[in-house]
Amino acid sequence: MMGRFVTIWFPLLTTDWFALRRPELRGIPFVLAVKDHGRMVISAADRLALGQGIPPGMPVADARALLPELQVVDDKPGLAARLLTALAEWCIRFTPIAGVDPPQGLVLDVSGCTHLWGGEETYLKEIVTRLQTAGYAVRAAMADTVGAAWALTRYGGPAGAGLGGGGGLTIIGSGDRGMGVGAMIIRGGAEQGATLLKLPPEALRLEPEVVDRLHRLGLRTIGSFAGMQRSALRRRFGPGLLLRLDQALGLEAETIEPVRMPALYQEWLPCLEPIMTATGIEIALQRLLETLCNRLQKEAKGLRSAIFSCYRVDGKQQQLTIGTNRATHNTTHLVKLFEPQIATIEPDLGIELFTLEAPTVEDAPAVQETLFSGSTGLDNSHIAELLDKITGRFGSGSIQRWLPDERHWPERSIKPATSLQEKPTTPWRTDRPRPIHLLPRPELIEVTAPIPDYPPMLFRYKDQLHTIAKADGPERIEREWWLDQGPHRDYYTVEDEAGQRYWLFRSGHYTEEQKPQWFIHGFFA
Amino acid sequence: LQGFKPPKSGDVTDFGLGPMHAAFPNGHFPTGAVHEVLSSTAEGAAASVGFIGGLVGALMRGGGAVLWIGAGGVSGGGGMSMGGGGGMNGAGKLGGAGMAMGGRRRVFPMALTNFGIEPDRVVFVELARQKDMLWVMEEALKCEGLAAVIGEIPEIGFTASRRLQLAVEKSRVTGFLLRDQPRSLGVNACVARWRVSPLASEPEAGLPGVGFPRWNVELLKIRNGRPGVWAFEWAGGRFRALEEAVGVAEVSPMAGESRGLRVGLALAGGLEMSGAGARLASGATKLSEEKRKAG
Repeated sequence: MMGRFVTIWFPLLTTDWFALRRPELRGIPFVLAVKDHGRMVISAADRLALGQGIPPGMPVADARALLPELQVVDDKPGLAARLLTALAEWCIRFTPIAGVDPPQGLVLDVSGCTHLWGGEETYLKEIVTRLQTAGYAVRAAMADTVGAAWALTRYGGPAGAGLGGGGGLTIIGSGDRGMGVGAMIIRGGAEQGATLLKLPPEALRLEPEVVDRLHRLGLRTIGSFAGMQRSALRRRFGPGLLLRLDQALGLEAETIEPVRMPALYQEWLPCLEPIMTATGIEIALQRLLETLCNRLQKEAKGLRSAIFSCYRVDGKQQQLTIGTNRATHNTTHLVKLFEPQIATIEPDLGIELFTLEAPTVEDAPAVQETLFSGSTGLDNSHIAELLDKITGRFGSGSIQRWLPDERHWPERSIKPATSLQEKPTTPWRTDRPRPIHLLPRPELIEVTAPIPDYPPMLFRYKDQLHTIAKADGPERIEREWWLDQGPHRDYYTVEDEAGQRYWLFRSGHYTEEQKPQWFIHGFFA
Repeated sequence: LQGFKPPKSGDVTDFGLGPMHAAFPNGHFPTGAVHEVLSSTAEGAAASVGFIGGLVGALMRGGGAVLWIGAGGVSGGGGMSMGGGGGMNGAGKLGGAGMAMGGRRRVFPMALTNFGIEPDRVVFVELARQKDMLWVMEEALKCEGLAAVIGEIPEIGFTASRRLQLAVEKSRVTGFLLRDQPRSLGVNACVARWRVSPLASEPEAGLPGVGFPRWNVELLKIRNGRPGVWAFEWAGGRFRALEEAVGVAEVSPMAGESRGLRVGLALAGGLEMSGAGARLASGATKLSEEKRKAG
């Protein structure tokens, strides 16, 4: 079966936006102008200016001569593209695949979406009404192909359904149903073809020269040349015409480039009534997670991160993001991760659509539930869930696991592990004494030590004098010369008369001019 | 022995504490409970970590993992101000790649290997606020998958300790609270209160240098057990009780504790045997430790 597509045309996109932002421009003819070769040229004109015969492309001076009260506003470069992208993102609430069709249109792939709004008529009417309420002049059409929908948006519909007034919602093939909006629906198949053939060739998205040539040859409707020999058409008008014709008739497939790629694992929950309470949000989250986790479980996968998005009535969007330390499809656990964040959502006037997507999904073979969990290692799922909870509350920086690193200096001999599963690549060294408590930075001490390389006899640390009774060492630890220059360290394990054990080092050698400094670096158990 | 079930055979972890086992209820080190370890100096804190490390190493023998909750961030200074800031030029640029820089001494994972702990099976959680640390401690103690949970939390009130106790009663995880320089020592629901201080080591006959670490281990409080003082040496990956015991080492109640009601030795023993649960629940009576000679 073919898809269903909606195209939306904003004939006055930029001027409508300016009128919305600047109320003083409403009700008066105004144009947007850009500089071009040292003169101001109109880039867009509003409905009243157009009615006065001022088209885009006319120099401002000429327009002023025609209409002295004309207001001229500086155009913003790139405004139309930005507006269209924003509008396409807004349309994601109606379909996951919403694309931009510059300069003034949007394309939506609505296959399988319309039943959620109770049918194609209500669906299209909803889109058009909402856009018109927002203040944009809009024409939209739904058809089996992008080409047909596009043609219908621009050139179809009853006479007078153009820019002047809102046409009716027309269901071609089922009779008119005037609904006061500029929207049209073509039922598929033969009716679509028949409607299309009555339209002018411009409706096929052709290049201006080709359209011009067609008109000069007297081919004023699509139907007048659609039946011609294809080889003749290709020879006279190039392959573009045939491609566009086939795309409109559904003989050639056409793809939409969505503004946002729909995630592979995504669930939707549109709400009939806007949701405003935390309980409502929780129920929505629970239902989305259940559906998504059921699907993940069937495919033996688990999610590592999830984004819960709330689309508000006023067009704003709010998101909650969570991450897990292990691929999981445990609904209760995921709900717990989201729970502390739910209070941060501001429903404002209400949320009309919830989506849940899982951007990162990994294999998570379903394990049989065990009655007695024997393993208490890091592969235990309870630990992963505990760490998720901690990460969710305090951020991932609060959790660390260390692995041995092949570096010289003790403070560099460990490195943080990147994941819970990462195993040490080298064994932990046990051949050298290392203190159980290490100072993050060695601290300077005063010592009395015989030269050249005996351990100190006395040292003073934090105003306390320690007389050393026993000592081991030195253990020389070289600086990593390929990283930085400086003296080496000679480490001594010492025990004072009270039996307290310390790790001291001397930085460098004794030299003629300078005595080396001594530091304390740790405490032995 | 209210609240203590004799452990099933085959379920017993051998801690190798030798003569100390007689002090424990049922003759077994109480696992599935929260122990608190006091220390008042940096050296004492290191000794506490060593002793607890030996116990945790035994608990981790089955391949278990451990959560180590420490004070991190800037506010976790705990009075350990930077000593030789000006002298750093001589030592040059330090660290950077390795441990996160803060003003506080930290457990060095490399050294945990000495105590039978594989450092890569220890997950460190570093938090700035004590309240958050207690929350993590409680959540971790509820997690059945962990072999032990160690929290470097100096202050704990009765309610907080009761919460931890309730968590371990369900999960049977063993928790250790390392209380370094606590400001107050009120009543709490921990099953045992320890204090470990370093003792001078004895190198093997005639050899120079520093010997195996030795500690004076004071069991100040134990529910349904008998407090006492022992000396241990950590040698060859196991505890070795020292017979020439240093029982004379003074077991003085720490500051703030001596205000409690002093009960005679016999009475204290009797109370401990009969009504430990009730006493804890009410929290009204406070028993201070008695000076007691070892053996």
